[in-house]
Amino acid sequence: MVQYAAGKLPARKLVSVWNLPELRRIETFPDEIRIGAGCTYTDLRQNAIIRREFQLLANAAGWTGGIANQNRGTLGGNIANASPAADSLPALLAYEAELVLVSVRGERRVPYVNFHTAYKKTKHAADELIRAVCLRRRFLDYFCYSRKVGARRAQAISKVCVAALGRLKGPIVQDLRVAVGSVAPVPLRLVETELVVKGKAIDQALLSVAGRTATAEISPIDDIRSTMRYRAKVTGNLVAEFLQKLAASAKNE
Amino acid sequence: MKAANSSRSKSEISFIVNGDRKTMRVHPMERLLDVLRQELGLTGAKEGCGEGECGSCSVLLDGILVNSCLIPVLQAKDSVILTIEGLAGIAELNCLQEAFLECGGAQCGICTPGMILAASYLLQHKPQATMEDIREGLSGNLCRCTGYSQIFEAVAEASRRKATA
Ligand code: FES
Ligand code: FES
Repeated sequence: MVQYAAGKLPARKLVSVWNLPELRRIETFPDEIRIGAGCTYTDLRQNAIIRREFQLLANAAGWTGGIANQNRGTLGGNIANASPAADSLPALLAYEAELVLVSVRGERRVPYVNFHTAYKKTKHAADELIRAVCLRRRFLDYFCYSRKVGARRAQAISKVCVAALGRLKGPIVQDLRVAVGSVAPVPLRLVETELVVKGKAIDQALLSVAGRTATAEISPIDDIRSTMRYRAKVTGNLVAEFLQKLAASAKNE
Repeated sequence: MKAANSSRSKSEISFIVNGDRKTMRVHPMERLLDVLRQELGLTGAKEGCGEGECGSCSVLLDGILVNSCLIPVLQAKDSVILTIEGLAGIAELNCLQEAFLECGGAQCGICTPGMILAASYLLQHKPQATMEDIREGLSGNLCRCTGYSQIFEAVAEASRRKATA
């Protein structure tokens, strides 16, 4: 709407998909949930399963804009708009979401992980609509960590935002997923960092290696919200903070 | 945006605003904010930013708090809209208004209609709002004058009065 009102959208026919019941429901299956692309952030925040099993997504929904934005903004819109700074997208990366795309040619299911190909570019075809986002229900026993760093809590676009999941076996990191927004042309999963940490016990040395690896893996820029250096430093620090908390979570048990 | 739309086709759109049914011919991508202000003369909703960041254009659309600058009017078709003008005269407004006056919650007043609508939406859902709820409920509404504390205090006061009323 903002771009349209500013005359920045090419004139073409537009179709309103707001509030279509088929896009606005959250379906629950034993092994996954399917979130309609037209669900609002308020819908996500209010859903009991998302709050319990997909906290990273519920948290991100609560960070998005203010209440009025959460009442109208949709998860599908956030994906299609493809901003690298979108708050909900790192959570989808961490949960290894799949997208259901639909067109007159039929439906297809694609992994979300490589959906964003470049700044504001995605893999969906011109005639395709994002129908739903599917999340596997297997993260209940993961430790989750999410943090947004911005000028203020609401109504501020992130300087850096992180969504991360981890599971320990004894002191050893058995599984790890770390995703970051606002530090590259697309939302990014920190694959190298995950590899460096997986299978090891968390100690001071590992924290610094992980932080350094994360810093090397991202490609932040200077813009009106922050600087490259700040983003790089903070990303490293957040990764270290996540790992520290993950380690502490085992001690609390 | 006016210029961009005028050349294209208009269609008939109807909704209920503040209890009255209104029907008008507008371009479907006209912003609800502009239709309210320019077609209907309801200037209580203000344009602060035009991009969903400030909340000064807040209205209730089918009972939901929204930023009217982000709504193409076709999505308001057949809806029920409440603007600050429609809230006037309802007991709840009086309670909030009084609290705003007493606590110094309004200075220049640009943000006030949006603040009051956001506050009334909040108190409707959480009558016993905590300070944390209030801060979150109003987090989408920016104020350049008061520094917020007086506004939060006003909403807390209104919530206390509602509880005892
Ligand atoms: S004018 Fe609509 S949010 Fe600022
Ligand atoms: S009173 Fe002036 S902007 Fe809030």
